[in-house]
Amino acid sequence: MGFLEIADVRKDYGAHTVVHQFDLDVARGEFVSFLGPSGCGKTTTLRMVAGFERPSAGAIRIDGKDITRLRPNQRHVGMVFQSYALFPNMTVAQNVAFGLKVARRPAAEIAPRVEEMLNLIKLPQLAARYPYQLSGGQQQRVALARALAVKPQVLLLDEPLSALDAKIRVSLRQEIRSLQRALGITTIYVTHDQEEALSMSDRVVVMNEGRIDQVGTPFEIYNQPKTRFVASFVGTLSVLKGSVADAAAGMVAIGEQKIGTGRAIAGANTGDPCQLALRPESALLEGYGGGGAAGGDADAPRNRLRGVIEEVSFLGSVVRIRVRVGDNLISLDTFNSRGIAPPEIGQAATVSFAPADLLLLDGA
Amino acid sequence: MKQTRIGSWLAIVIGTLYFVVPLIGTFEFSLRMRRGEYSFDAYRVVFGDPQFQATFVYSTVLALCTIVIGVLLVVPTAYWVQLRLPKLRPLVEFITLLPLVIPAIVIVYGYVRLYNSASILPMTGSARSTDLLLTFGYVTLALPYMYRAVDTGLRAIDVRTLTEAAENLGAGWATILFKVIFPNVRSAILSGAFLTFAIVIGEFTLASLLNRPAFGPYLQLIGANRAYEPSALAVIAFMVTWACMGLINVVGAGKQFKAAP
Repeated sequence: MGFLEIADVRKDYGAHTVVHQFDLDVARGEFVSFLGPSGCGKTTTLRMVAGFERPSAGAIRIDGKDITRLRPNQRHVGMVFQSYALFPNMTVAQNVAFGLKVARRPAAEIAPRVEEMLNLIKLPQLAARYPYQLSGGQQQRVALARALAVKPQVLLLDEPLSALDAKIRVSLRQEIRSLQRALGITTIYVTHDQEEALSMSDRVVVMNEGRIDQVGTPFEIYNQPKTRFVASFVGTLSVLKGSVADAAAGMVAIGEQKIGTGRAIAGANTGDPCQLALRPESALLEGYGGGGAAGGDADAPRNRLRGVIEEVSFLGSVVRIRVRVGDNLISLDTFNSRGIAPPEIGQAATVSFAPADLLLLDGA
Repeated sequence: MKQTRIGSWLAIVIGTLYFVVPLIGTFEFSLRMRRGEYSFDAYRVVFGDPQFQATFVYSTVLALCTIVIGVLLVVPTAYWVQLRLPKLRPLVEFITLLPLVIPAIVIVYGYVRLYNSASILPMTGSARSTDLLLTFGYVTLALPYMYRAVDTGLRAIDVRTLTEAAENLGAGWATILFKVIFPNVRSAILSGAFLTFAIVIGEFTLASLLNRPAFGPYLQLIGANRAYEPSALAVIAFMVTWACMGLINVVGAGKQFKAAP
């Protein structure tokens, strides 16, 4: 039994079900992200935890107490909104103090708590400013301080960084995670940005069309995707279309060339179409000494596919190369090396990768 | 291009003259009470008239009551329509426009039929209850202006998210309305309030037919019996209305709780 239990929750709008049988236990102090494309039901689920939407079925419990039918102002959960939702008529300090004043805390308690929160977000000098005088990043930090000031049981964040530019997003997400760790507060974070979800979370819930596709640590989600959607949504994937050459031996024909998957292909016959996927860091460009992320046993057998370099993107520390192998395009990332120039477009190339790195997707 | 500009300027000049010349004429006439020279005697007579003071104060008090009732009625209604009942918006807008098409004389005759001393609710039977009736009549007349102003103000803020944020922090409906919503539509409310004031101060039909000592009937009485004082009163009435319009602009341009970028 988790600290936060979302038990078989469903949400219908008329005849249309937007969240199907959502079941999740979140441990105390855990940071869990809901990751998925727009319209997958992640925000609707978050809003059901906050109390802004009523579940059509199921229950939500915090620390054993059923809060499903409680109004939002009775649940004692803190929420940070995508649009910050700071009160324009109040200063930063007044915004942070709002929840404490509503709870009728004594004035002697409110002032030090507000100061503590402003110090926590490193903005004590902005206490007298109004929201319109703050930058986006500052507003979001104030919104976070306001949500934390009342010491909520659970913290909910609804795509809080989506309106900010890339650099601010990176620094703020580190701040949010540090704060969450320091305070030990159970947190649900909704995002469509996989980098945010993977870098911040203890566990990630990948959602698609109102359903949970997979729950796992960032490592599990990325390296052991259970569905094609998770494999393609999280991270970059090169999809290889071929046909089964030997199902028992796990051999697949990619055009005229053959590669091994390292395991039998269940339920397939020779000649059946099949699709394999490969992460860019799993592949190596043979003869290019820049080094790749691919690790593993150097003596283990590797697959090799011959092709032609179609695109080379120099991204600074990483060189992204795309190799055409017949009808397929394989992306691979390799580290930049000062002494070695990137390969030329049109150059013949051989891509190698371990059989275990191949993900077997559903048929054609 | 030059011809268009000349045409525009010509239209402005003609329009200005059309409005300003009668006003200048009225003001000039109001200064002629003392034979042979311009003076403010008409204004002195008007301001010294106890009836002027009494009716102006009466109408001001009723205007303030109208504003308070109007705000308490319109702001929660507009807020609720925006937040929970957007489908009712066309109906509510239709209702708020009705006072523009139903003449005040129809309203007051309806009042007299419904609330006369022979009915089950004889509100016209005493002065205080008639004052109340008159106030409600003013609320009705000012409804289109107050609702428009408040609705426009509410559309400029993210009502739903602010409400959810306040609710999430533990606030009930009263706190949300008075601590979050009202302050953020303050300039819109004040705009509606000044429009209401200007309407009430000059209103004649309701006050006259309900036989109340308001400023509108006093203006008519003076107009029917004096020469120079009506002109002075007309100028004073214009000044009051323009002051209200000026205050609307000041309130709108002054300290405004801007929505955060």
